[in-house]
Amino acid sequence: MKILAIALNTFKEAIRDRILYLLLFFASVCIIFSRLLALLTVGDRAKIITDVGLASLSLFGALMAIMIGTGLVYKEIDKRTLYTLLSKPIQRYQFLLGKYLGLLLTLFIMLALMTVIFLILILLHNYPVEGSFFIAILFIFMELCLITAVAMLFSCFSTPILSTLFSLAFYLIGHLSWGLETLVNKMPQGGVKTVARFFYLVIPDLENFNFKTEVVHHLPIPPKVFIYSSLYGLFYTVFILALAMIVFRRRDFI
Amino acid sequence: MDTVLQIEDLHKSFKTGFIPKEKKILDGISLEVKAGEIFGYLGPNGAGKTTTLKCVLGLIFPDKGNIEIFGQSNLSMQAKEKIGFLPENPYFYDYLSATEFLSFYCDLTAAKKERKKTQITTLLRMVGLEHAANLQLRKFSRGMLQRIGLAQALINEPSLVFLDEPLGGLDPLGRKDIRDVIVRLKEEGKTVFLSSHILQDIEMICDRVAILVEGHVVNQGPLQDLVSEKVQVTEITISGIGSEDLGDLGERYSAQGDRVLLKVFEEEKIASVLQLILEKKGRVHSLIPRTETLEDLFVGAVRQK
Repeated sequence: MKILAIALNTFKEAIRDRILYLLLFFASVCIIFSRLLALLTVGDRAKIITDVGLASLSLFGALMAIMIGTGLVYKEIDKRTLYTLLSKPIQRYQFLLGKYLGLLLTLFIMLALMTVIFLILILLHNYPVEGSFFIAILFIFMELCLITAVAMLFSCFSTPILSTLFSLAFYLIGHLSWGLETLVNKMPQGGVKTVARFFYLVIPDLENFNFKTEVVHHLPIPPKVFIYSSLYGLFYTVFILALAMIVFRRRDFI
Repeated sequence: MDTVLQIEDLHKSFKTGFIPKEKKILDGISLEVKAGEIFGYLGPNGAGKTTTLKCVLGLIFPDKGNIEIFGQSNLSMQAKEKIGFLPENPYFYDYLSATEFLSFYCDLTAAKKERKKTQITTLLRMVGLEHAANLQLRKFSRGMLQRIGLAQALINEPSLVFLDEPLGGLDPLGRKDIRDVIVRLKEEGKTVFLSSHILQDIEMICDRVAILVEGHVVNQGPLQDLVSEKVQVTEITISGIGSEDLGDLGERYSAQGDRVLLKVFEEEKIASVLQLILEKKGRVHSLIPRTETLEDLFVGAVRQK
């Protein structure tokens, strides 16, 4: 109940953030812009619209998670609203979870709005919408859950600017780490390969949540991949949240 | 009387600067607050009053020492159910209305949900904000914010209320209103821990005080025990008497017009002054015996430190 109260208050706070609507506007422009790109393309226009549209959803969703998530805890400390909250009978982890769930609710609604715009564009052109389209969006949301947790972790001990930089770095590294995996697979056996493999396992692989190729080219999503990606997202998010709670648990609010 | 708050040997230091240097803020604070009293926690700026409060409320962790609220650890949820807190210069979620704000804080406590509406209405009336129930906090004045802050501190019907500089920045009328609320809390059987550097307010309403200087409690106890009731000086404002007639009866200061303010340090000389005024057909405008004030005690303690 206490977590829910904090989550609803965070939601009320987040939907008042103007940056959210700015990003929603640019996301909508990008989704609609995919129609222009499709006109300039030879071949299947539906593929371009789907590809650019899903990429916009992922990118702007991540930007929303980072921009709002990084200020989430910091603002409470900076404006000292946290003082009265933590003097009430709530545990620090309940506060963090409430903030996290409140932002997730905001992101869910924003993602749903972007999806509706995207769907209208697709249906206006009479392109078919398959089930895999919604699975791809579900995994974009899973990625946002992880990015929000990361943004909140940084927000627990750093300023919003630094937290934004760290979180953006996490997002970029996460989408490029597959290159490291390819390198590891091509390396000869030895110490360097072990070290490279360790690094690949530690740094995030956000490409696990990317199902754009399957949607665009109408490829099936194997159940094994679906389960693996879901568990990867779940465990990584829980791990980051636990880390945030450990950092927050013993922090002095000066 | 039962002890509701016990602080024993509290130490806290912070590391500051580019090359971290340890700065001691609290250096072995020990104090006790009894049930049903208004306890004044007095100290100059930077003495460590807010740091003590933050330790008690679990916002920062002491390096050493023990804090118990109602015989339980200050970090336990049972203890927190029984306390309320108003921070210094409070800032709240300004997009909420007064009712929404109190409703949110009510949801964070174990307060009975069916009583929520009644409790909010009662509190808004108590702090004089019933007319602003649906007004967003961003439209509140400083005094109104202080009042709504006080209402949130009382939302869970706490037995012990911590108020950090609750009268700071308020106009005289606002200060009186908040003082009245504090006294009413005492009448309802609640204990109030009032941290302030405004001596006049502490002197007016507190039963016991502790004076904190540079992280040490230098004096604590009932106000009447700490402050001597012995008359230190008697100030007599007179007119119609020439300065030369007063001789060595006291220190003379010129007041308005032909009035003279005479400070008499020896009690036996007061009768002589009054006798002289009678003889010379002068006039006494005021006669005020001055006893030691909390201010004298406070200034003395700070200077001594």
